[in-house]
Amino acid sequence: MRDIIIIGSGPAGFTAAIYAARAELKPLLIASSVEIGGELMNTTEVENFPGFPEGIMGPDLMGKMQAQAERFGTEVVYDDVVSLDLEGPVKRVTLGNGETHEASALIYATGSAYRKLGLPEEEVLSGHGLSWCATCDGFFFRQKTIAVIGGGDSAMEEATFLTRFADKVYVVHRRDTLKASKIMQQRAIDNEKIEFIWNSEVAAIHGTTAVTGVTLRDTVTGEERGLDLDGLFVAIGNDPRTHLVHGKLELTREGTIHVEGRSSRTSVAGVFAAGDVIDPFYRQAVTAAGSGTVAALDAEHYLAALEDTASPEAAEIEAEAIDEGVAIDGLVRAR
Amino acid sequence: MTARAVTEATFEQEVLNNEKAVLVDFWAEWCGPCRAVSPILDQIASEHADKLDIVKLNVDENPQLAMKYQITAIPAFKVFEKGEVVKTVIGAKPKPALEADLAAYIS
Repeated sequence: MRDIIIIGSGPAGFTAAIYAARAELKPLLIASSVEIGGELMNTTEVENFPGFPEGIMGPDLMGKMQAQAERFGTEVVYDDVVSLDLEGPVKRVTLGNGETHEASALIYATGSAYRKLGLPEEEVLSGHGLSWCATCDGFFFRQKTIAVIGGGDSAMEEATFLTRFADKVYVVHRRDTLKASKIMQQRAIDNEKIEFIWNSEVAAIHGTTAVTGVTLRDTVTGEERGLDLDGLFVAIGNDPRTHLVHGKLELTREGTIHVEGRSSRTSVAGVFAAGDVIDPFYRQAVTAAGSGTVAALDAEHYLAALEDTASPEAAEIEAEAIDEGVAIDGLVRAR
Repeated sequence: MTARAVTEATFEQEVLNNEKAVLVDFWAEWCGPCRAVSPILDQIASEHADKLDIVKLNVDENPQLAMKYQITAIPAFKVFEKGEVVKTVIGAKPKPALEADLAAYIS
């Protein structure tokens, strides 16, 4: 049995791995089979991760995080988790290839998945003009007219990126103000290929074999109108990926995994959660990385307490000590 | 075994005139999911070499074929039999999901 298994290979998972590996816990990190590196793998320039004043490409940043985690002894497995057994002191993780791994502590950092529009045409037209990945598919829309749905940073980034290829990019947003950061907004507003369509949502997507347009509904008046398009990129937000822990871990009203205060402790002892899967608000690479750090330190602490007394109650007592404001660092050093 | 590359020059010979069913992986260097799924395709290729040929087509270098087969999202996998597209799968998927999609051609 191992000390610790980390599920997830975004900034939270790899940062937790860096800390856990440096604590000589020899973490096993389950990276997924086709989504290694997480959401940043589909972004271009990351300009807000501290330490990279010139910016860094999302995939490069994730490659560096992985290299850093591996340098200290993290073992990375490229497979998907199909089931979890979290009850009791031994946590069991079963993978797509049938293997089961066991550990005393588990860090759950599965991030979030693109939110769908919820329209019946979505399934059929997905990959046929309807896309969730501008960096993958923008190339195929040279000199075309396309729309990006959404008003956050990802929508602005995608719209700006897509103007490299498309002749015209509409940004369709359900409100009359954007949620995106000022710098991303300004970049999109200043781009002459981008036109904003405010207070509008997509009521229907047109096309049988490929997207030909959409029906837009005005969110104020309810009025509908058609818009001809060659492509549609959806960036309306993300939902935490919790399907593997439904009924096993307590969730919040927002659907994220519930953790105690500023810690990473979930409703089950020995199971810690980090990154977008616990965060409905901030969802940044750097906050996820910070959250991964918290999870690794909490897990390290839990394991140390287990070892000290070989009883889970002791872990709880120490956990309470942290709640009462005793610095984690002090506790670790005192040991 | 790494799936071999085909180009506009070799497509007819390697894909359209192939006796076996051929899966063409439409991909590009700048597509993260394409790179992620690539080792899975290599595995499927070596496990089912007797039934299915798997080749890669770089859309950046072969835009005419990407256009001809109306590729608007990658990775896109198209299975050809006797020169005709008989199956299209779009997007990077875990191995069991891809195997299920391709069941008719590998089992």
